[in-house]
Amino acid sequence: MNEKYYLEINDLKKYFPARQNFFGRSRSWLKAVDGVSFRLTRGETMGLVGESGCGKSTLGRLIINLLTPTGGEVLFEKQNIFQFTGEQKKEMRRKMQIIFQDPYGSLNPRMNIGEIIAEPLHIHNLARGNGVHRRVRELLDHVGLNPQHADRYPHEFSGGQRQRIGIARALAVEPELIICDEPVSALDVSIQSQVLNLLKDLQQELGLTYLFIAHGLNVVKHVSTTVGVMYLGKLVEITGGDELYRNPLHPYTKALLSAIPIPDPRLKRERVLLSGDVQSPIDPPPGCRFCARCPAAVEICSREEPILLEYSKGHHVACHLIGGDAR
Amino acid sequence: MQTETNKPRQETVTEDLGIEPVSPKREIWRRLKKDKVAVAGGCILIIVVLLSVLAPFLTSYDPNAVNTAARLQPPGSPGHLLGTDHLGRDMLTRLLYGGRISVAIGFAAVAIAMFFGILIGLLTGYYKGLLDALSMRFIDILMAFPYVLLAIAIIAALGPGLLNAMIAISIVGIPYYARIVRGTVLSLREQEYIEAQKALGSSDLRILFKHILPNALSPIIVAATLDVGWMIIAASGMSFLGLGAQPPMAEWGVMLSGGKDFLRVAPHISLLPGMAIFIVVLSFNLLGDGLRDALDPRLKQ
Repeated sequence: MNEKYYLEINDLKKYFPARQNFFGRSRSWLKAVDGVSFRLTRGETMGLVGESGCGKSTLGRLIINLLTPTGGEVLFEKQNIFQFTGEQKKEMRRKMQIIFQDPYGSLNPRMNIGEIIAEPLHIHNLARGNGVHRRVRELLDHVGLNPQHADRYPHEFSGGQRQRIGIARALAVEPELIICDEPVSALDVSIQSQVLNLLKDLQQELGLTYLFIAHGLNVVKHVSTTVGVMYLGKLVEITGGDELYRNPLHPYTKALLSAIPIPDPRLKRERVLLSGDVQSPIDPPPGCRFCARCPAAVEICSREEPILLEYSKGHHVACHLIGGDAR
Repeated sequence: MQTETNKPRQETVTEDLGIEPVSPKREIWRRLKKDKVAVAGGCILIIVVLLSVLAPFLTSYDPNAVNTAARLQPPGSPGHLLGTDHLGRDMLTRLLYGGRISVAIGFAAVAIAMFFGILIGLLTGYYKGLLDALSMRFIDILMAFPYVLLAIAIIAALGPGLLNAMIAISIVGIPYYARIVRGTVLSLREQEYIEAQKALGSSDLRILFKHILPNALSPIIVAATLDVGWMIIAASGMSFLGLGAQPPMAEWGVMLSGGKDFLRVAPHISLLPGMAIFIVVLSFNLLGDGLRDALDPRLKQ
């Protein structure tokens, strides 16, 4: 396809077995990610938002090959990462890294942080002897931690500091693409901006590409050049960052946007309140998945599944009600 | 949130207050030291081990030297602090030498059971799938047998003897460890730091032994400490039944068995080794309980 695309996700699917019969065969499937496609250019930040359970974390783990997909492909520099084996796979691990949501669960409690950050160096044989120590101090300094604390244990640090440790560990292999899986949603608001700024600085310095997963649009707004909105395993809208905030098309995106708090009590605005709960992703019915909660749903919505179409340049949306003549 | 990137990064750096890093090990040791009962158990065990190791220097008798002239002497007799048995052998000497065997068998049997149990537990818990299903069903079957019966059956196949008895009780102990380790590994493998390790390209071997095993160690250590006591009882039991250590070897189970015909005239022959087993096993249990509380303070309530 196009030369400039760095990462291409094509019709990626991941189904988890939901109920199994006696022999371990599955009769119904939880469709966590169901046919997602998008592309990333080098150096950009794509924000991925959606509510809990919409499959965004699963998508992140598929892209970095922590999960095996049910179908579809991830092309990283034109190569399908799911076909990599052995050395190739190890090489890929150096180029893609992930930062996790839970700053408490993502660090081994039995290792001091120097050892934790040295792990990638040992795995890929990037430094030896004294060099390991030097590199660890360098990385700690890089993420704004005191290099003299390398012999401390994770439980001695605060949430924000632990997140920095996780970032240092990911940076140790000098990756090009980093999947940020809700890296700030477990942190205090004051710490959130510090970590976001750190990620931004690092991107400028090292030319990183980010896939930034979050559950609200407000965090993503500050970091992303492109934003994708997910609902129940599907991308419903994807566009350049500003365009999404200026001209949201999908009813779900509108609801998400109206949920961002504005720090002004006098300002009145129209809120789009969604009724009902998220549908179960287990064996979803035909039609648009948002249909049951959509304020604008019409008859066709429960019958036919809308596909992601380009509405204006770079602005894709999956909704029967948008751009009538295009369909 | 728009900041000039004037390196505001150092803002969360904590001051170096000169506090020593608190390693998890140091913290556990601190908690264990507070538990008086566990410390007492540990001290008794250290004394028992020292007495057994130093046995040749503490007594001038040969544990197997028969002296028919001085049979069935009660404790406190001149020259025989704890008396003699039905063949005139010095009880204190035999107890000390017997401690060597009992304690050594206890530790060795636990080590063997632990080694294979950990290996099975790590592999089945980490890889799951068919291997896991099959080995866990097999372990269910093993665990359905009463422990002692299973041990006797294995000895029956191998033939009686101290070494075979040890092998038998180790095999009986394996499922116990495999279960504990598997359960812990099943929960650990879903932790984000294990995912992070996979994302870094770590080999399974490295993940298993450097990241999962150290975190699964607490329950294993507790189980092993409690289990040494059980293994000592089991080994002595086998010897008592004539399936383990054979007379005239100085072993606590053999001594118990040898004294049973003289319970009326000289109860000390059976009583003393029985008490020795009791004290050692009790100490292991006390220490094990203390370790459990120290390793996981949440379990205390």
